[in-house]
Amino acid sequence: MKKEEVPQDGDNMHEGKFKQLFYATDDAGAYVKVNSVGWEPENIAMQQAWEEVNTKIETARRRMEAGEVSPILYYMEKTIMDLPLLASYVNKFQWQVKRHLKPHVFRKLSDDTLRKYAAAFKISLEELKKAGQ
Amino acid sequence: MSDIQFNHVQTAHCECGVISNIFRFYGLDISEPMALGIGAGLFFGHLPFVKVNGVPGTTYRVVPGAIFSRVCKRLGVKMESHTFSSVEKATTELDKVLEKGMPVGLQSSVYYLPYFPESYRFHFNAHNLVIYGKKNGNYLVSDPIMENVTEIDPKSLAEARFAKGFPAPKGKMYYPVVVPREVDFTAPIKAGIKQTCSDMLNIPLPWFGVKGIRFLAKRLRHYPEKVGDRRATLYLGNIIRMQEEIGTGGAGFRFMYAAFLQEAAGVLKRDDLLGMAQELTAIGDVWRNFAFTAGRVCKSRTTTGNGYAELSDLMMECAASEDVFFRKLAALKL
Repeated sequence: MKKEEVPQDGDNMHEGKFKQLFYATDDAGAYVKVNSVGWEPENIAMQQAWEEVNTKIETARRRMEAGEVSPILYYMEKTIMDLPLLASYVNKFQWQVKRHLKPHVFRKLSDDTLRKYAAAFKISLEELKKAGQ
Repeated sequence: MSDIQFNHVQTAHCECGVISNIFRFYGLDISEPMALGIGAGLFFGHLPFVKVNGVPGTTYRVVPGAIFSRVCKRLGVKMESHTFSSVEKATTELDKVLEKGMPVGLQSSVYYLPYFPESYRFHFNAHNLVIYGKKNGNYLVSDPIMENVTEIDPKSLAEARFAKGFPAPKGKMYYPVVVPREVDFTAPIKAGIKQTCSDMLNIPLPWFGVKGIRFLAKRLRHYPEKVGDRRATLYLGNIIRMQEEIGTGGAGFRFMYAAFLQEAAGVLKRDDLLGMAQELTAIGDVWRNFAFTAGRVCKSRTTTGNGYAELSDLMMECAASEDVFFRKLAALKL
């Protein structure tokens, strides 16, 4: 890749905060460092990854509002966690977390347990409880 | 303790960048590509059974931490490295080392780094950064992939250091205790090249090195009928991200490695390495072409036509060229 060919496809995903560094060749063929604001394929791949995350969050929200799942699923998706990761944050087994996704189990959880979840999601205990009503 | 003079240079890859920036602080000048080469960082691996968020893992580099330990071993640098059981202990120890005027490398999750672009903040736990001081209660950060130095509040830093998941950082911090100022790079360069060639050609498992590229190319061809349109584009998206997202210097470290070969040519006074660098640049361009085409396929969201077959062929081309390239490199009498 020649340094003139280093792509500069801005897409606002970096929020103008950040330019990544590439290695490219100059006219004599020697490598130099060049900054780039972005490249189309990477932008597409990243947008797609976030769309996937957002779809999961939206689905979880709808299911939570319909009373099918507890808020734990919604907040898990919102913080981009999966079951194993969340389980390790709250110090539980995955099967326990899975149970807590059921609304009727969630309603019986102690404040201590809920506090662990709230801390993992970085929200307050009240917020988590309120979402479950 | 906040007046450590730390010379921050932006790099493409965090691990090589931390090596380069910290070693320079101690008077050992090593560029980022040189760190990649000596640390034998270039690699390929595709592990369909290791899934991250349901997507099979692909890597263009060796396992996190390996570059660091190899560079230290080959250059004779002695590092002190600790993990911790509690945030308090980790913070106290970090402050103690900073007070001695020494910059400290940390393993962290990017999810909890507030200065990071939002779009990159997934739960990725193998990021490396340098803390070089404290100011008004905040820590001074030299994050190698950022253009400039920045600050971070102690709470966010603690969260980033104690993120859960794989690989859990457990507050890992590291700093050099013995750094030789004058090092002859000749032997380390040779050892690094030898190891990379071996990693790419000789691992007797189908998932790694050139075999791994062929392995993925074959699977890629059948993604649409195997996993369906939607998952196929997600799988493909992940391959692109691993190849082109921050840290690779472009084309999955291939360009950075070519830059290393150019530098090595100067050190070893071997012009044939310049030719090898040129060849690898051409291979990198094919990888970029692959990413470009893959991006188009992702965007169109259709699996009609022969998009995936074409991608598979492109990747096979990469495999064939890398096969020839690394055999040639291995055969050089350095």
